[in-house]
Amino acid sequence: MKFKIACLALVTSLFILNLNAQVRHPKKHSSSASSMARGKIVYSSICLSCHMAGGAGVPHLNPPLINTTYVLGDKAKLIKIVLNGFNEDVEINGQTYSNTMTPHSDLKDQQIADVLTYVRKSFGNKASSVRIAEVKRARATK
Amino acid sequence: MKMKKLFVFLLPVYAIAGLILFNAGKDGDTKNTGTKTDSRNTATAPVTANAGLTLPTGFSAAAIIENLSSPRHLVVTPQNDIYVHLSGSNNGKGILVLHDDGDKATLKTGFANYGGTGITIKNGYLYASSNSDIYRYKLNDKNEVIDPAKPETIVTGLTNKRMHNSKSIVLDNDGNIYVNIGAYSNICSDYDKDKKGCPVLADAAGIWQFKADKLNQKQSDGVRYATGLRNVVGLDWNQQDNLLFVMQHGRDALHDLYPNLYTTKQSADLPAECMFALKNGDNAGWPYLYYDWMQHKKMLGPEYGGDGKKEADSKYLEPAAAYPGHFAPDGLLFYTGSQFPEKYKNGAFIAFHGSWNRAPEPQEGYCVVFQPFKDGKPDGKYEIFADGFAGPNKSPDGALHRPCGLAQGPDGSLYVTDDQKGTIYKISYKK
Repeated sequence: MKFKIACLALVTSLFILNLNAQVRHPKKHSSSASSMARGKIVYSSICLSCHMAGGAGVPHLNPPLINTTYVLGDKAKLIKIVLNGFNEDVEINGQTYSNTMTPHSDLKDQQIADVLTYVRKSFGNKASSVRIAEVKRARATK
Repeated sequence: MKMKKLFVFLLPVYAIAGLILFNAGKDGDTKNTGTKTDSRNTATAPVTANAGLTLPTGFSAAAIIENLSSPRHLVVTPQNDIYVHLSGSNNGKGILVLHDDGDKATLKTGFANYGGTGITIKNGYLYASSNSDIYRYKLNDKNEVIDPAKPETIVTGLTNKRMHNSKSIVLDNDGNIYVNIGAYSNICSDYDKDKKGCPVLADAAGIWQFKADKLNQKQSDGVRYATGLRNVVGLDWNQQDNLLFVMQHGRDALHDLYPNLYTTKQSADLPAECMFALKNGDNAGWPYLYYDWMQHKKMLGPEYGGDGKKEADSKYLEPAAAYPGHFAPDGLLFYTGSQFPEKYKNGAFIAFHGSWNRAPEPQEGYCVVFQPFKDGKPDGKYEIFADGFAGPNKSPDGALHRPCGLAQGPDGSLYVTDDQKGTIYKISYKK
């Protein structure tokens, strides 16, 4: 019962808030928030099946995206991994990972910026966003 | 402005609602768990019985040792010593020697400056593989390694390109040793862009045969015994048929690569993990086809013109049995003991390591399955034999334990390794 009332109160108030938002501020979204939302969609359709919903990867096979300099460090290197795939020895926190990652250069610059922003700010990661200009730059350099 | 005020006004409402929701959820969970535990306790035994495994009536399990460092395959001697191969070599101990005292095992010693998967005993030798070589050690009449520091090198320089590089081994009764060389690719698409034929098949994606007593052979000295096998980890020699049986890990990512042809559900269930009975010259068809265990058909792979409906060329080898997608068969053992009930004799146990490529669908596997056999052929549907390895979270990172290697003890008990937490289970039967 308590549960039902709480749900109802929450839903109703959210609804009112939402109406207000729609009426008063039709385009008020921070760019980072919408990049995160779009990035999550890209992540779910491209990355999740190997790196898992929580970014923990698969022991011995697919590297984790949490607490690793591959994700939190140099953005240009990270973008290159998405563009070119990854087929190197990798050791993260003492464990090695053997699967090959296929290239994803068919993704649009926007999608890569979004998904990497999502990865760098999710699963406990707190790193800066990736901008489209950075993806363009990485794509241009060999 | 108004909007902000409204939000501030509503903040406490959210806080209270959130708190109630949170607690309501907690209540529900506690109740659920409580009920489950209660019913289990009254129905059978406490949850910790059988080392957390669920087994058929009459069987019991014990965790005879825990916290080993990623134990893969193992072999048990008539003297109840266990040789277990670790995936890595820790301080020059890639192979551990344990002694099984009944319901617990003690660590005797360790040797081998290489990690790996394959390990077996035949004709007075312990054979073991790293990810690129096969070695053997002479045993004394108590099946103890005489000189652990000086193995003989049987084969060296096997293809090892990181992906699917574990080398499982088994011997036949005619002086040959068989080793899987897994494909260093999911489906060869990076290596066969023009679809002219997959070059990976030349030096991987098959089973190679070597002389078991000839030293320093190279891969090119061996025979490519069977091809078109993406990756095999579990394999065993069937003494009744005098035939090699292998378990193939099927391809990944049908939906990821072909979202228009396969739903995420189809991609989780497909393709089958296949059991093959292999003869010299067989071709199981990777990467050109996959097996659909629901339609019982060999399907043309989407990389090679398939659309989810077109069947593959019938020239490729038919599987002996098929299992749901991505279960990851890492161990295969034909049971020849007399301890278990009659129906298990000459049937196959399969250790399914458990899936990861079923996401976003729920993960499956994480169990040991029994496949009944009759007259040397799979007969009827498989049965889940041992389950509960994973615990509450059936996922690659959340599973408590993941079954990998299988071995039979001298008294007919079944041993199962877990390469996640390093447990070795011993499963026994009492009338």
